[in-house]
Amino acid sequence: MYSFEPTEEQHMLVDTVGKYASHDLRTISREAEESRELPKKLIGKGWELGLLQASIPESFGGFGERSAVTGVLAVEELAFGDLAGALAVMTPSLFALPVLLSGSEDQKKEYLPKIIEGDWQPYTAAFIENAFDFDANDLRTTAVLDGGEYVLNGEKACVPFAKEAEAILIYARCDGRTQGFIVPRSAAGLSVGDERERLMGLNALPLYRVKLENVKIPAAHRLGGAAGHAFEPVLASMRLASASAALGVARAAFEYSRDYAREREAFGVKIAQKQAVAFMLAEMRTEIEAMRLLVWQAAWKLDQEKEDAFNEAYLASTGAADMVMMVTDRAVQILGGHGYIREHPVEMWLRNGRGFAMLTGLAMI
Amino acid sequence: MAIEFEAPKPIVQMQTVLKTVAEEMMRSKSRYFDEHEHEIPWDYIEFMHTAMKSMGVGALVPREEKKAEDPNKPKRPPIGYQLLASQIEMLAWGDVGMYLITPGGGLGAAAVQAAGSPEQQAKFLARFIEDKPTFAAMCMTEAGAGSDTSAIRARAVLDEKTHEWVLNGEKIFVTAGDKSLTEYKQLGRGFIVVWASIDPSAGRAGMRAFVVESGTPGVRVVKLEHKLGIRVSDTASISMVDAHIPFENILGSPTVEKTTTGFKGAMATFDATRPLVAISGLGVARAALEFLKGKLKENGIEIRYGLPRQKLTNIEREVIDMDIMLKSAWLMVMKAVWMADNKKPNALESSMSKVKAGDVTTRITQKVVEILGPLGYSREFLAEKWFRDAKITDIYEGTGQINRLVVARQILGYSGSELR
Repeated sequence: MYSFEPTEEQHMLVDTVGKYASHDLRTISREAEESRELPKKLIGKGWELGLLQASIPESFGGFGERSAVTGVLAVEELAFGDLAGALAVMTPSLFALPVLLSGSEDQKKEYLPKIIEGDWQPYTAAFIENAFDFDANDLRTTAVLDGGEYVLNGEKACVPFAKEAEAILIYARCDGRTQGFIVPRSAAGLSVGDERERLMGLNALPLYRVKLENVKIPAAHRLGGAAGHAFEPVLASMRLASASAALGVARAAFEYSRDYAREREAFGVKIAQKQAVAFMLAEMRTEIEAMRLLVWQAAWKLDQEKEDAFNEAYLASTGAADMVMMVTDRAVQILGGHGYIREHPVEMWLRNGRGFAMLTGLAMI
Repeated sequence: MAIEFEAPKPIVQMQTVLKTVAEEMMRSKSRYFDEHEHEIPWDYIEFMHTAMKSMGVGALVPREEKKAEDPNKPKRPPIGYQLLASQIEMLAWGDVGMYLITPGGGLGAAAVQAAGSPEQQAKFLARFIEDKPTFAAMCMTEAGAGSDTSAIRARAVLDEKTHEWVLNGEKIFVTAGDKSLTEYKQLGRGFIVVWASIDPSAGRAGMRAFVVESGTPGVRVVKLEHKLGIRVSDTASISMVDAHIPFENILGSPTVEKTTTGFKGAMATFDATRPLVAISGLGVARAALEFLKGKLKENGIEIRYGLPRQKLTNIEREVIDMDIMLKSAWLMVMKAVWMADNKKPNALESSMSKVKAGDVTTRITQKVVEILGPLGYSREFLAEKWFRDAKITDIYEGTGQINRLVVARQILGYSGSELR
């Protein structure tokens, strides 16, 4: 059957997350971007929404089961409030969800309850590398088995909360495949850059470079145990999280510029009454809807373990990255000169929007 | 309810059957009828009529839901429009021009269904399941009235003596107008639904639709258009000179209230039909994209899905972007028809699906011809024909611009006078 109606529980969740996003995240959004600081209390409050906790079964301390569809609905709402804040709230998922999806029983037992049952804790993952042709399936960071240990070498970029992290899930190329490795923050040879990354957007989110120089970890720290794990489900989850966050940012920009166009007058009418502006808005709304449905379908396929789910997630994230660029750019255009001024949020959304083409790996669903 | 994307069984089964029809009866004749404009593919028409009759339907219309026999049985959600959209997609994949002359009521019957009384529906719609294939058509556009339907000049005047309507005017761009009006021996008696004003001073409020039967004196086809594409589908100009039709052939109220609710009701028909037109374009786009992929494969080019853009070739990027466009547009149509099936107001979704489909159908077929180079431009293959066929998607049933206007009014909460 085809159906486009979320369940009642999903509606309620979206509603709750939406309130937090509009009231809490949106309120501090600009201040956080300028001061490069997210209030810890705010992250804690977002954590208490229980998005990750609801993805983890009771046996590991959670109270639900992971659903990609629920995930994409929730992430769109969070990102609607503020992208940096949304990513900060979800950072522990970068560690916990791969463990849930691909970890060995021992790894699940060791980490999941610890992460889930307490307050927000800086568990994180290092995925992105600083190369123009960065490729999820062809990493430059390497992991080589040497005796009973893996030796990791390479440099990672854009690792959220790396400085204060308890442990980092590091992705590296191992026998030609991308594999995760659980590395304690204190491991010898692992160093976190002193300076935070300085990017075009996402300034409130503390992101770091992480260097790995002959970092040795026990073989049992390979995600999934000795045989490792399939990487596709992890990558699909990253892609859909990124795509749904793009939806949230785009929707924020669309609604803001729509409301502005309804207020702003020129030549005796509201500018929204000019077809030149109205058509831009119509196309923005149409593209958001188009990509949202693509994201939903990919998420549903992932939940149903359909054969083409991974490819659909790839298409959805590719399309959503283009869409958010188009929508946020037009939002700035509709506000004209005012859109370029940092008093309005649209210039920030434009900067954040541009990031989606390269920031897969900063969230998971 | 929950979000779900599993194709219902009836849709999957129907698609298997229609794929064979599309390949055997349509694709194989596509080129011939493109090059022999105004010839009629009787084989296809008769085959489709027989096939639909054996299924108990006389036309491509949303299947009526059977009355629940057993109240204890869980009711299956209605999928009439979803099934219809899937049928149209498959037929258009075969040949969109031929799909347009699939026998049955088309937009004419849709208007009777939407605006007619139960008596009118019984009277006018029964003919489609009779022995001969039968057509009906919608006559809206005039030389001076395209998207702006309020500019319609055709007049309907009540003749008090005979208690008949007298119609005068000329309609253009009537899809299947010839087959609905001209008395071919192979066809049953068809009709056209004519939009005309009963009170020009009332503007849109005075606009009504009238059923005009084939054979009505004073009504005739005066021209068949020669078109860029969809050439197998007849596009007629129809003139009406003092055409007398029965009083009861008016759809809706014979009196004029000074509101436009009647007209808006008629416009609501488009909420149901726009996604169907949208998906007919997507059938063409899918045909073109599949053809491109096949040709690339023959030439040893595999699309490496999953790579970052930086590592893809230009052709790969183009194909992946086309996949995204096509899949997302298809989903928009399915959402719009799903809403129609579930009686949810879908004016916004319906128009958005048409905006999107108009764009992507045009873009994809353009790109396919471009990427295939000389192969794309050659009439040896169908790519160039699909490019010509596709263009109409962004024009009929509301141009891309009109649909943008509808979408914009919806999202801004503006009336027609606030956003003109």
